[in-house]
Amino acid sequence: MNNVKFVQGNEACVEGALYAGVDFYAGYPITPSTEIAEHLSARLPARGGKFIQMEDEIASMCAIIGASLTGHKVMTATSGPGFSLKQEAIGYACMAEIPCVIVNVQRGGPSTGNPTHVGQGDINQARWGTHGDHAIIALTASNHQDVFSMTVEAFNLAETYRTPVILLLDEAVGHMREKLVIPEAGELETVDRLRTSVPKGVDYRPYLPREDGRLPMSDFGAEHRYNVTGLYHDMWGFPSASPRVVNELLRHLIDKIDNNSNAIIRYKEKFLEDADYVLISYGSSARSAIHLAKNRREKGEKIGVLELQTIWPFPAEIVREKCAGAR
Amino acid sequence: MAVQDLLRQRFFPHMWCPGCGHGTVLNSLLRAVLELGLSKNEIVMTSGIGCSARISGYVDFHSLHTLHGRALAFATGVKLSKPELTLLVPMGDGDALAIGGNHFIHAARRNIDITAIVMNNRIYGMTGGQFSPLSGIGVKATTAPYSTIDNNFDVVELATAAGATFVARSTTYHARECTELIKKAILHKGFSVVEILSQCPTHFGRKNREGDAGQMLENYKKITAKRGSKALEENPGLIGRGIFVEKEKPEYCQEYEKTIALAMKGAGR
Ligand SMILES: Cc1ncc(C[n+]2csc(CCOP(=O)(O)OP(=O)(O)O)c2C)c(N)n1
Ligand code: SF4
Repeated sequence: MNNVKFVQGNEACVEGALYAGVDFYAGYPITPSTEIAEHLSARLPARGGKFIQMEDEIASMCAIIGASLTGHKVMTATSGPGFSLKQEAIGYACMAEIPCVIVNVQRGGPSTGNPTHVGQGDINQARWGTHGDHAIIALTASNHQDVFSMTVEAFNLAETYRTPVILLLDEAVGHMREKLVIPEAGELETVDRLRTSVPKGVDYRPYLPREDGRLPMSDFGAEHRYNVTGLYHDMWGFPSASPRVVNELLRHLIDKIDNNSNAIIRYKEKFLEDADYVLISYGSSARSAIHLAKNRREKGEKIGVLELQTIWPFPAEIVREKCAGAR
Repeated sequence: MAVQDLLRQRFFPHMWCPGCGHGTVLNSLLRAVLELGLSKNEIVMTSGIGCSARISGYVDFHSLHTLHGRALAFATGVKLSKPELTLLVPMGDGDALAIGGNHFIHAARRNIDITAIVMNNRIYGMTGGQFSPLSGIGVKATTAPYSTIDNNFDVVELATAAGATFVARSTTYHARECTELIKKAILHKGFSVVEILSQCPTHFGRKNREGDAGQMLENYKKITAKRGSKALEENPGLIGRGIFVEKEKPEYCQEYEKTIALAMKGAGR
């Protein structure tokens, strides 16, 4: 039974990342996320993967983008101040469409705030932390089994939609110890990115989306040489300020997430069937919400819980639907 | 193969001003790649933001045009994840040593096998002529109307102190010499820095009355001398050109392979 573990949430995240196939990690230590780096520094090289402690969070974010381009599954982890530092490069990954996973184990803020205490104040930073119009995916989890599976999901969505995916954990979930059952290989789906089938010698257009909006990639070092930039760019990746090019690219970046929100949105519900009141929560506070709903139900109060596991794109439809019968 | 085969001619004309030194750096760099007989598929060029950084769009390598100052951080990720690739990182002086200064010293400290080329025009070209950490004292810039009071870094001294294992300097006047230095830098196993003084006639030249591009080039000839030359010995005020550091030291990606070997034996448990 060594697939059953009693671990911290941060370790459950590491297990999920390894299950998903992470093979490159770059980071800079910060409470309460540091255990993720510590565990991966041991586990990654043991599987032939790479771990690097960079000089700061900006560099960490840049390094994982570089490593993703050579065809690797990549991740970084941080907390509040470090999450702020990563924002410019997160926007780069949105614009250049580079798959990557950013874990933010939230603590109290602003500024250095409450490093060893729980916080959930980065919801809007996850959405709008980087400048300019863009779409983003952000996931959450409230218990270790879900931390594991949502980490796998984070990689799957990043590779599918070629986008940064933010996993918003929090200090309580990250540091708490709880049982984790590691699924057998194949039990959870793991997704690899699409790779181009354009043969050598034929013009590969790295930024020409297929009809379904997806972009097959070519690894740096392989046959196709192309340009990657954070400027608005045409289908070859070459900078362009043409209104048509800018409009098409911006639409594509937003549509590829918005039009697939049904496939991206995950949630959990408890006691909703007859609920007069619905508590909407996520992460460690969802645990409290469930606890409260259970206690009050014993006293006859019909309280239910909707736990949002996808925070962005915001599951507005689901919230509307699940609250329709509530008072 | 000819130099033209290393260019993405589809993307020309380039964006540089007439007389800009950055095109000469591109020329020297491409000749180095050509003379070394490197395959285009094995080269990744990573650059930041600036006039200099646009160089990556014009070359027919894998190219990664990134964020202002961060080219070396991106390059570190590319290199460590696929060490068989050759990393070329051209940067402006602001790019490399103001906003990117931290990444510069840490890449040098790690001695990761990347070739960094600092295209030093002593000014922020792209944003219209503000002073840079390489401008030095007494320079006119749009943000120094009364002239600068900021000391400058010496790229060679900084790179050396930070741990770079190959450090060289030349100028766009000495294009052939640049090619030779870049060739050595690429062949060197470890972090290599080549500083190339590169004229910005549009901003630095105009503000500081250095004349047109031709006169600025002539000036590079006047103010520099080869290391070990009599001219340099007799005029210590001249700027030295040539190789300053060339030494063997364990390279980061190779050392990481040893970490992998240890980890696979279970040594960390
Ligand atoms: C984070 C950030 N800050 C500032 C800028 C604006 N900016 C663009 S290029 C540049 C300086 C360019 O100077 P240099 O790096 O010396 O290169 P040059 O253009 O002279 O070749 C600056 C300040 C930016 N793009 N990003
Ligand atoms: S502004 Fe200066 S650095 Fe930029 S292209 Fe013109 S001459 Fe070159």
